[in-house]
Amino acid sequence: MTVDLSQFIPSFLEESFEGLELMESSLLNLEAGDNETIHSIFRAAHSIKGGAGTFGFDVVTEFTHLVETLLDEMRDGRREVSPKDIEILLTSVDCMRILIEAARDEADYDKEKIAQTTAQLSETLANKDTSDNVNTEQVPQNSNNLIDKSGSNNLSIYKIHFVPEHNLAKTGNDPLFLFNALADLGELTIVANTSELPALTDIDPQELYLSWDISLKTSASVEDIHEVFEWVEDECLLEITQTTIQSQAEPEQTPDLEQTQASTTAENKEIIAVQPAITQEPPAVVAEETATNKPKGKAKAKAEVSSIRVGVDKVDNLINLVGELVITQSMLSELGSDFQMDKIERLTNGLEQLLQNTKELQESVMRIRMLPISFAFNRFPRLVHDLANKTGKEIELIIKGEQTELDKTVMEQIGDPLVHLVRNAVDHGIEQAEVRVANGKPEKGTISLDAYHQGGNIVIKISDDGGGINREKVFAKAVEKGIVEPNSTLTDAQVFDLLFEPGFSTADQVTDISGRGVGMDVVKRNIQSLGGRIQVESTVGKGSCFKVNLPLTLAILDGQLVKVGTETYIIPLISIVESLQVDNDLINKVSGDMTLYRLRDENVPILPVYQLFGLKSEFTKIDNALLVVVEADGQKVGLMVDHLLAQQQVVIKSLKDNYQQVIGISGATILGDGSVAMILDIPGMIQIALTYAQHKQQHRSAASHYEIGAPC
Amino acid sequence: MDIQELAGNIPVEGEYSLEGIDFITSGEQYLTFLLANEQYAVDILCVEEIRSWEQPTKIPNAPSYIKGVINMRGIIVPIVDLRLKFNVGKASYHDTTVVIVLTYHREESSRTIGFVVDAVSDVLNVETQDIQSSPAFGGCVQPQYIEGLINVGKNVVTLLNVEHLQEVEKHAFNANF
Amino acid sequence: MANVLVVDDSNSIRDMVSFTLKSAGYQTVEAKDGQEGLSKAQSGSFDLVISDVNMPIMDGITLCSELRKLSNFKFTPILMLTTESSTDMKMRGKAAGATGWLVKPFNPDKLLATIKRVVR
Repeated sequence: MTVDLSQFIPSFLEESFEGLELMESSLLNLEAGDNETIHSIFRAAHSIKGGAGTFGFDVVTEFTHLVETLLDEMRDGRREVSPKDIEILLTSVDCMRILIEAARDEADYDKEKIAQTTAQLSETLANKDTSDNVNTEQVPQNSNNLIDKSGSNNLSIYKIHFVPEHNLAKTGNDPLFLFNALADLGELTIVANTSELPALTDIDPQELYLSWDISLKTSASVEDIHEVFEWVEDECLLEITQTTIQSQAEPEQTPDLEQTQASTTAENKEIIAVQPAITQEPPAVVAEETATNKPKGKAKAKAEVSSIRVGVDKVDNLINLVGELVITQSMLSELGSDFQMDKIERLTNGLEQLLQNTKELQESVMRIRMLPISFAFNRFPRLVHDLANKTGKEIELIIKGEQTELDKTVMEQIGDPLVHLVRNAVDHGIEQAEVRVANGKPEKGTISLDAYHQGGNIVIKISDDGGGINREKVFAKAVEKGIVEPNSTLTDAQVFDLLFEPGFSTADQVTDISGRGVGMDVVKRNIQSLGGRIQVESTVGKGSCFKVNLPLTLAILDGQLVKVGTETYIIPLISIVESLQVDNDLINKVSGDMTLYRLRDENVPILPVYQLFGLKSEFTKIDNALLVVVEADGQKVGLMVDHLLAQQQVVIKSLKDNYQQVIGISGATILGDGSVAMILDIPGMIQIALTYAQHKQQHRSAASHYEIGAPC
Repeated sequence: MDIQELAGNIPVEGEYSLEGIDFITSGEQYLTFLLANEQYAVDILCVEEIRSWEQPTKIPNAPSYIKGVINMRGIIVPIVDLRLKFNVGKASYHDTTVVIVLTYHREESSRTIGFVVDAVSDVLNVETQDIQSSPAFGGCVQPQYIEGLINVGKNVVTLLNVEHLQEVEKHAFNANF
Repeated sequence: MANVLVVDDSNSIRDMVSFTLKSAGYQTVEAKDGQEGLSKAQSGSFDLVISDVNMPIMDGITLCSELRKLSNFKFTPILMLTTESSTDMKMRGKAAGATGWLVKPFNPDKLLATIKRVVR
């Protein structure tokens, strides 16, 4: 029979990558004498090796074998765990990842790096006083040893004398099955010897007293017969004598464990070729053997399958909730089938219960998409470790709140921006040790990653105790780059926001870690595209803190419902700064049509939503109007609306499915009454406003042009 | 040739149940509807449902023929007024105004859009060969929307192409300024 | 048909072994470590146990000796899955009461052919 191994490959790959992650994080935390950690690292390597062998990723097997041997020595206490070894093992983990990825994608890989690391590993292994045990274990090749591969097709008769020890059955072995296995090899004749059998009263039913003389006519080799007895050889007397009866001129080859895969395959082919000659032998086994010979797993996992692993507890919880929902439903339908007004209280209760059930169900379903942020955080210990080595700085990384949960999609997209921020913290934030000491700080710098929930959002803080951001330097640079006017007055927050301008970099010199001036703008854009925002706080000499605020999920949003004309719109709460009623004294008209509102120190442009969306509204006067001040791209604007309604969570539905992207609208949702409401996209609204203003300006200049031209 | 014998082989209505009827009318079925007293038709297999007119939620700065979106069992469905799109008749909304919701399946995706029409009239059985190509005379309806013409008695029914009908033009968002 | 308990911490290997056995008509019960294997063993009857050696929580060798202490596992064949073909590992297995061992990597056919030595 044939089993298609390739179906198990995706799951093997998934657990291999998990294993590599575990190895990496454990290696980074490994302290001398921590045996349990070494054990778990060893187990991970061991599983990868085993799986890789089974699924035909031989390069992975071979490489991992070296890693495993090294780990084995550490595990057994034959080797001290040195920092150098850990570095080599970390590099090896990278290599394993490269190899597994290459095997998955059937792609090429960095052979030089592998060769280099292999050499390093071998050298490390050879260097130690452990020469006794390094090579006791062969890398088992993926070969099928069942049938003799020596190429001989001699038909032989074997005489087998088999005397098991009395307690053979205690290890679960049963001679009967051994004989069955022998029968699969050829013609079998068995004679039992009962001479050892004690008197009936003396018999222990758990012991074996028989011995057997077996005659086997087969093409199999003596090794094959020994293999059948492999598990009992130590618990029996076994004599095998061979009499060849029929021979063909076939050069005898000795099975060699070291032989390459290619020659093994070639030999198997030989077996097929000679098979027809031995017609009375059971050919089935050989045929099967060759059919699945060397299962070369074709990794179909290339195209990323989007799946999540969900804890059973989450699913169970969901099932419970659905159960409750069913109960509530049946209660309500029973109530409805024979309803009288005196049952109104029960109905109200039932509906309340339904509301509760639905809410819980919704939360649970959302929770299924949630993963602990450790998935995004776990790469940082290694990253900081490597970067610290590279920059020669001493850095400690503190991670807090790694169990904070976050939507999978958000998680996938926040990884790169976070890496960028952490790199920056290492490169620009933390000073060199001498500088730190001179400034009275501990030699070792600290970077901390902190995640926590706040309202419906997750906050991720990346802070360092480094030199902080020099406000003047940033400002000067921005002036130099022409981003701001030299005489403009900006708040600290505004100055730090300049860091996110495209092409901005304050690093004195460009390093290969960061400082190329690309990136921070991308970081900000990525965060914004997730509906989040980023803020910077910094004190010179004390350090900086980048605070990323993200919605927990992209499927649900906390919104402020507003009314404009007949339409209801939803403004994402995360972008709302404040809502206020216009104080007429603070309105300033500038350059004709632009209306600004003085919000403390800032002048905020007023955008009448009815105008931007071309709606009819009774509230067209700015006097005493309602303003919702929102922020996007560091720009605050005041959206003029008719009424403020409730705040509620809404489920985001795409407009693109059946229609298209609409500027100024990020999606739609269905309100409690079944009607559709649009969700406002603040950057889009600002874009509309700008276009609108340009449009008007063009109109005006065109008009004035006409006036000038009129007299002609 | 014995005509009696041949006639005996032709299935009689009722004798063969629904399948028998299908056997007789092997052509396609089309839903016909009215726009300003003109007859139009669409492939009935595309018809998701027919619903009465309700005021949709407006899409900001959309062309006037796009009335907005409605909630159809949790799906956001845009509503296009075909009378405005084709510029025929008057776009008035009263009790008999209906929305035909059409779904067109492409390879991997499908798109569902509702179309406002004056009234739904009938289901037509038409053999494929009876669909004539439309003469290239300029009418209100742009030629890409027309699949062909069907003669029904004295009248002509315009068969519309659902795939093209569902294409939404990118609208400039300052259309209303 | 024979009922087999498959114990391995690696999903892919466990799935592969289990799938192979099932497609050959065996029934299987899976466990992801020695501890779970032991508790599943106690709550059912099995004709064969196939277990990995290196596992978290409880390793295969411990599982094996624990199983031998149970009256209905006294004679049940227990095969160890190992990548280590060293005699040391085999002796440790034997000492714990293992029936035999299967050296990884192995393919499905080899697995099926080999277990015939201990189970119908």
